[in-house]
Amino acid sequence: MAEQEQTRRTTTSTTESQDVEAPPADRDSSEQLKAELDDILDQIDQVLEENAEDFVRNYVQKGGE
Amino acid sequence: MAVSKVLGIETEYGISTGRPGDDPIVMSTLLVNAFASKLAHHIRWDFDAESPGADARGRVQPGSLAPMIETHLANAVLTNGARFYVDHAHPEYSSPEVSTPLEAVRYDRAGEEVLRHAMADVARSYPNAPPIVVFKNNSDAKGNSYGTHENYLIARDLSFGDVIAAMVPHLVSRQVYCGAGKLGAETTSFDGPPQFQISQRAEFFEAVVGLETTLKRPIINTRDEPHADATRFRRLHVIIGDANMSEVATFLKVGTTALLLAMLEDDGLIEPIELADPVGAVRTISADPSLNATVELADGRTLTALEIQEILLGQAVRYVERGGGEAIGDPSQVVEILRRWEGSLHGLATDSPSMSATIDWVAKKRVLEAFADRHRLSMGDPKLRAMDLQYHDLRPERSIASRVGLEQLVNQNDVDRAVTEPPRGTRAYFRGSCLAKFPREVVTANWDSLVFDLGTDPLRRVPMMDPLRGTADHTEQLLGSVRSAQELLARIES
Repeated sequence: MAEQEQTRRTTTSTTESQDVEAPPADRDSSEQLKAELDDILDQIDQVLEENAEDFVRNYVQKGGE
Repeated sequence: MAVSKVLGIETEYGISTGRPGDDPIVMSTLLVNAFASKLAHHIRWDFDAESPGADARGRVQPGSLAPMIETHLANAVLTNGARFYVDHAHPEYSSPEVSTPLEAVRYDRAGEEVLRHAMADVARSYPNAPPIVVFKNNSDAKGNSYGTHENYLIARDLSFGDVIAAMVPHLVSRQVYCGAGKLGAETTSFDGPPQFQISQRAEFFEAVVGLETTLKRPIINTRDEPHADATRFRRLHVIIGDANMSEVATFLKVGTTALLLAMLEDDGLIEPIELADPVGAVRTISADPSLNATVELADGRTLTALEIQEILLGQAVRYVERGGGEAIGDPSQVVEILRRWEGSLHGLATDSPSMSATIDWVAKKRVLEAFADRHRLSMGDPKLRAMDLQYHDLRPERSIASRVGLEQLVNQNDVDRAVTEPPRGTRAYFRGSCLAKFPREVVTANWDSLVFDLGTDPLRRVPMMDPLRGTADHTEQLLGSVRSAQELLARIES
């Protein structure tokens, strides 16, 4: 892992060839973001109120401030 | 010379039993009483010093009603210096006065813990009551809004006209980083209702300046009730903000506002941005998550909300470069406010989804869209509306905000301590410490005094007219060395 990071740092520091090297790194991070978001959505699937319609309809707040 | 920016955040929480017939006042009272009945002290709030009808403009507008104070409702003062009570139909937590933006975040989070404890206390103390669920948000999506109010100590000699001129453009545009977001619209303010709004509160504002908080809500509220020496201080009562789940958003909300107020006190009004239609601008900005919408200035120019914020940030950066910002209480926090402010504006301008760890509306919008995509839902689907509400749900097992990857600024141990321990940098230290140490002798309290009953003498009132006295520096040693309330009062009066 450390070696991989080392490699990546080296490629990004060679400025001219960056365009060629950059897409895999972008894809890595976008895949990581997607995996994180998928995990969040899995959790929301678990905790979301089963009867969403009633939950929303019954939430009424009158009076305040 | 800027006065120290003593701050506080008041939050009216939404509540639901899932049964629309349940009386919200009764449910709010159960929450406050169940929590308060555990406390060693049972004291009343002292209303003598309350005058919420006083107007900063020195007059009361015809037809503007002073907010009602309902003295018969549940009221508790906590050992952390906060007030926890029933305000109309909501449980409200008014944080203790704090001396830095980061402390404001910590004591705002402590308020969430108080409400979480209260939910559990109701279940334990009133087994026949329905479970009460608490939400930290500002609207029910049916046209009812309730407030999250910020308070800032400012100098009395500041011209209120200058406060209005300096604050309107900020309060109109800061929602881009401190809006809590919501689906759709619930008033008739828009020609074409937006699918998603940046702010929960924006569409409920109908005036630029005024005294009201529930009708014709103004961007600048003129309530002139300093809870302190009125010859030296004013309390700016800001009612336009959203309740934030993101700690960074709370930090920026109060940090940027406090810094701009300090700048106004130190340097006067510098190049104010005069909006042609501030009320319309609040809505225009809220209705456009693309952040491209422009609003018109009085001189005919047009700017986006991000451009307005860039100008204010630039002024604040130069103010700090000139040595300003001392009033914020902690130089490292001033640096952090500027860093996060700039980072937020840059992130929003270049790739707004990248701000999902710190900006509530961005975090919410991202998961709503991804969830809709995953399950092929239209944006009006009840599941998405439930998500919108559950983002603010304080039940750990149902909370969505706690699952979307929001960055934390305060660790949980520090939050838990803040539920019982007062902040050290303001008079809240003396208030909270006296309640903890002399629960039987302190009979009433409010923001600017404590009343002791020593059993023999008449009641003794200890005034606390300066929010910056009664700090740990001033009183910790004294409180540690006295063995009784009699001794404390004798030492104070000697």
